[in-house]
Amino acid sequence: MHEIEVIIKNRAGLHTRPAAALVKTAAKYKSDLFIYKDGLEINGKSIIGVMTLAAEQGSTLLLRFDGDDEKEAAKAVVELFEKGFNEL
Amino acid sequence: MVDEQTIQPEIIVRGIPAAPGISIGPVYLFTKDTPLPVEKALKPEEVEQEIERLKAAIAKSEKELTKILNFAKGRIGESKAKIFEAQIMILQDALLLSSIIKRIRQEHLNGEFIVHNEIGKYEKLMMMAHDDYMHERAHDVDDLKNRIIRNMQANKLVSKFDSAAIVVAHNLTPADTMILSRNNVLGYATDKGGITSHAAILSRALKIPAVLGLGDISRRVATGNLMILDGYSGTILIHPTADQIKEYEIKRETYLRFASTLEKFKSLPAKTKDGRKIELAANIEFEEELEHIILQGADGVGLYRTESMLIGRDTIPSEEEQYQIYKMIVERVYPRRVIIRTFDIGGDKIAPHTIEEANPFLGWRGIRIFLDHPELLMDQLRAIFRASTRKNVAVMFPMVSTVEEVIRAKEFIARVKAELKSNKFKFDSNIQIGVMIEVPSAAVTSDIISKEVDFLSIGTNDLIQYLMAVDRGNNIISELYQEFHPSVIRTIKHIIDAGHQNGKWVGMCGEMAGDPLATILLLGLELDEFSVVSAILPEIKKIIRTVTFSDAQKIAKKVLKMNTASEVQTFLKSTMRKIFADIPIENNDN
Repeated sequence: MHEIEVIIKNRAGLHTRPAAALVKTAAKYKSDLFIYKDGLEINGKSIIGVMTLAAEQGSTLLLRFDGDDEKEAAKAVVELFEKGFNEL
Repeated sequence: MVDEQTIQPEIIVRGIPAAPGISIGPVYLFTKDTPLPVEKALKPEEVEQEIERLKAAIAKSEKELTKILNFAKGRIGESKAKIFEAQIMILQDALLLSSIIKRIRQEHLNGEFIVHNEIGKYEKLMMMAHDDYMHERAHDVDDLKNRIIRNMQANKLVSKFDSAAIVVAHNLTPADTMILSRNNVLGYATDKGGITSHAAILSRALKIPAVLGLGDISRRVATGNLMILDGYSGTILIHPTADQIKEYEIKRETYLRFASTLEKFKSLPAKTKDGRKIELAANIEFEEELEHIILQGADGVGLYRTESMLIGRDTIPSEEEQYQIYKMIVERVYPRRVIIRTFDIGGDKIAPHTIEEANPFLGWRGIRIFLDHPELLMDQLRAIFRASTRKNVAVMFPMVSTVEEVIRAKEFIARVKAELKSNKFKFDSNIQIGVMIEVPSAAVTSDIISKEVDFLSIGTNDLIQYLMAVDRGNNIISELYQEFHPSVIRTIKHIIDAGHQNGKWVGMCGEMAGDPLATILLLGLELDEFSVVSAILPEIKKIIRTVTFSDAQKIAKKVLKMNTASEVQTFLKSTMRKIFADIPIENNDN
């Protein structure tokens, strides 16, 4: 299990397009991805789930990766957040 | 078909006028109540068959939505059609599908019930957010959920009807509004919804009269009932009497006839009989309105509300995207001028990041947001300046309350200019810079602010609300919202005089500029520019062309001595009746 905190950097937060990018990236790996915010647990491979997060710019999310390729999955997903989903 | 109307008492219901026009015709009641799916146990051998049924319903839903998406793109444009893309993405959510299937297998319950329960969870979470954007998404998810359930039950949603009809519904989703418009829709009337709802925006784009927010209209009518829909005043008449039908036919004709007499004014300048030339411009929100305002004979765009770009989307468009839209508008309006107002968000308007405020109208809105987010302001200013190469662009800031804000905004403009110059972009370096005067502090100090800008534009809607401390959306006190109150009239005079003393022109882009009852008064107060909704533009032009500036000044002088709003209104009404017999004066006293 691998846990990491990320901050949403892009202006519009986790709206439809970044949500889709996040789900797509997570789906490339076997590991599960769960996202935690304000007591909510969301499966990071589900677009409807990620849309429900309503995470705006500046908010912090806890990501939990669990599986054989958790390190690689974490690296790829964290990079998306770092780059602000290419919306910076 | 309408036999029963003769025995049924007529019912009058008031709602929100969302798209203009008068329609008289039979009702088509659009019902799509998805019955709360009943929990039904499956026998073990039925499980796989149930899953196939679910998959077929999802495939069918996706096909339907793709069709709607393509149809919408053609009718209302790519950007507004985006609403439907998110729904399709959810349908393709593999995890959602597998969790529904898993539950059917484990719980041995019918698919409709599981779909309702599983998707409903997300819907509830979205509704819990204190955020309009999330609430809209929740409605989209609800619509999608109902679509899947309907398709599972093979309940065909009837969205086709033969003859022309007024569509009545509890609520219209964007998908409904679009798909129904394939029929001969005379109007839309709904229980829910407001002026900024998707249904309202789409019906204006489709040019179909609409009255929304009617409470329980869908429970009070049946298909075939005769109905009158007045999209000007927001009134619905069910089972109208013969006299009422006649009255509304006359009203419709009066509007149409009056509109046709205005035809000849379109190509003439807005000039008083004694030669004072007024700039008569139009307010626009959407690119679709451009054709109309040019046909109506506008001198240009006096207010382009850029925040309309944000409707139905969840991001602020990039500089490039904004530039493309501004450029297109500027080109089409050329050689006339376009005044582009920077995003006015907050208050009751769309806010992309909803911050909870106890008092949003007195909170973080307009220029206040953008001075705190210079990167957003800079993006927008760069896009506006890049679109200014034809030298017909002006820029205007909303919600200014102090001169320091103006000075800071100008610093950003200077930075944008320097940046564009060093990057070798072409732009108009003499672009006019103006501010909206809609906060009392800015109104009182408009002499100070005038020195920093090229023009002032009076935003009466907010100015009156702030001046009289009244929320006009609040029914208990909305009658205190008085555009003819002496305080309002004196404030307008003060702003105009302050601008003129500093050699700056003064315009008005609030609703008052488009109120025919106010035209002569505003003329007499020496307003230089009127920016109005395009539908009313020819009428205002006719008034301007029929009076003399010197008479208008005398009338204004008289009004300035009056004590109450009703005194002013009575006087202006009788003045108008004397000068114009044929102008339909809306009775807005209700």
